[in-house]
Amino acid sequence: MAKQLEVGVEAIQAKGWFGAHKWLILRRISQLSILGLFLLPALPGYQSATDAGALASFWNSLLEMWPALENMKVVKGNLAASMTLDVIPLTDPHILLQAILAGVEPHKDAIIGVIIVIGFYLLVSGRVYCSWVCPVNMVTDAASWLRRKLGIKSSSRINRSTRYWMLGMTLILPLITGSIVWELFNPVSMMFRGIVFGLGMAWVLILGIFLFDLLISKDGWCGRLCPVGAFYSLLGSKSPLKVVAAKREQCNDCMDCFVVCPEAQVIKPALKGADKGLGPVILSSNCTNCGRCIDVCAKDVFNFGKRSSDEVGMNNVSDSTAQQH
Amino acid sequence: MSDSAKSKTKGVNRRQFMGDMLKTACGVGLMGMGLGFYANKADALPAMAIRPPGALPEDEFLGACIRCGLCVRDCPYDILKLGQLGDDVPTGTPYFTARTGPCEMCEDIPCIPVCPTNALDHSLTDIRDSRMGLAVLVDQETCIAFLGLRCEVCFNICPIRGDAITLEYQHNDRSGKHALFIPVVHSDACTGCGLCEKACILEEAAIKVFPMHLAKGELGKHYRIGWEEKENAGKSLVAPDIEHQYNLPEGVRYDLQGEGLIIESKEDAELPISSNPLDTLNRGLEDK
Repeated sequence: MAKQLEVGVEAIQAKGWFGAHKWLILRRISQLSILGLFLLPALPGYQSATDAGALASFWNSLLEMWPALENMKVVKGNLAASMTLDVIPLTDPHILLQAILAGVEPHKDAIIGVIIVIGFYLLVSGRVYCSWVCPVNMVTDAASWLRRKLGIKSSSRINRSTRYWMLGMTLILPLITGSIVWELFNPVSMMFRGIVFGLGMAWVLILGIFLFDLLISKDGWCGRLCPVGAFYSLLGSKSPLKVVAAKREQCNDCMDCFVVCPEAQVIKPALKGADKGLGPVILSSNCTNCGRCIDVCAKDVFNFGKRSSDEVGMNNVSDSTAQQH
Repeated sequence: MSDSAKSKTKGVNRRQFMGDMLKTACGVGLMGMGLGFYANKADALPAMAIRPPGALPEDEFLGACIRCGLCVRDCPYDILKLGQLGDDVPTGTPYFTARTGPCEMCEDIPCIPVCPTNALDHSLTDIRDSRMGLAVLVDQETCIAFLGLRCEVCFNICPIRGDAITLEYQHNDRSGKHALFIPVVHSDACTGCGLCEKACILEEAAIKVFPMHLAKGELGKHYRIGWEEKENAGKSLVAPDIEHQYNLPEGVRYDLQGEGLIIESKEDAELPISSNPLDTLNRGLEDK
């Protein structure tokens, strides 16, 4: 199994290190900058800018027009609900749905926010949330990476559909108890909120997920259990933005993409389905559009593209993906 | 492959599939039950954690608050915190601690309009109507007002001074010649902001803000307060008490709750009894 220890080596030789890590780097930038926006003050360096300077006078003139900017963060709140520069509200649809099932009438901001978020993920595929926004992704990716490095093979067979049962549970509990029970435990919202507002004992939960993915089940949390991911995968099941195995005839069966992919089962129909008349688009809604398969392929088989290219062929390969949440 | 072989493999698959499904559903169901029970236990808010103004009653609040922390960000005094895993406060929900950071009772209540789910009730527009909790003077043994000292710090810091906290004067029995200036909280005006608890000069505050259900007693539902009912109805609801008749000589009345014995003497008229008590005491001894 020496092969697996050298995952991506071919790609690095062919495209250089940056070329073979492009999407990974972009994703990390996306995840970290989203976190950063919740922590950054809207006027960086305003306090120290009092001793004149061009920046200070600019800030002061800005403050005269918009006094609320002082002490304001660029984005307030967290992923459950946020307010960007006091203008754009964003609301997490999964959490809001739980609240509605618990008997809440959401306020106007929450409704506008949830429409924006749902619209965005309908467009770019729901599980973009998992790979481009969710902070837990960095933890599970690290566990997955270490698992490959240590050559840990054993993995308990938790059914991949368990997450949908979990999702059902998170929606039934507020219906029965009238309380948003899942949010007392949700490691996804807890980790993000923890980084922004203070972690408490939540690190234990995060460490737990890391160890679970490392020692018990390969990509177990994100790929098998997480109800948040399940919700977003349902949300994005018809999204136009997809990964396409456009040049699948060039595949040299190195298997690197299967090794790095957190949802490896989604690749096969698109990559190897030509004989069965299947199109080259990865249609599964469990694909997180993380782009690691694109990075790790020395033959440039994969690309971001449109869902519609499954029928019309392999043209129209679009490289754009919106990363901003 | 023959048809029978095909159907056989299919059958096994289906059985496996059903078995897997059942196992998963049972596992998740059990987990859900566990989470539900734990949540029930974890939902009890500790007494010292006070919800922001306008917060719905606790059980509704936990169904409405989506733990976004927008109220925390918009509090200009930075008093609000979100419960963290391991705290006694339900994870992610906002609260403040009166002793360390009380609510400053902003006129515009900036924490409320940002709440996306009405967990903080948007219909609350006057901070004086909020009922975050209720201040209670919990310890009369250490409150220095009860020891006879002039303190009144809680009274003076109260934003609704004179309504929410008043000073009542009592006789100082110990010294015999001084007054006690006793702070008294009135629940019809106290918002539970906690400024009094913060200001209390003791090592451990003698006046504390508690959630309503801990701070207040409740009368039995059947209980009616007679004088209030009388006032509402405009008359007594039961037969009025018969006025007590005292058996007194003519020209003398007795006022139970006022002056006591009243002698209605006509001027120059002879009194039924002498105004000199000695005459009464010496009655029957005159001849001896």
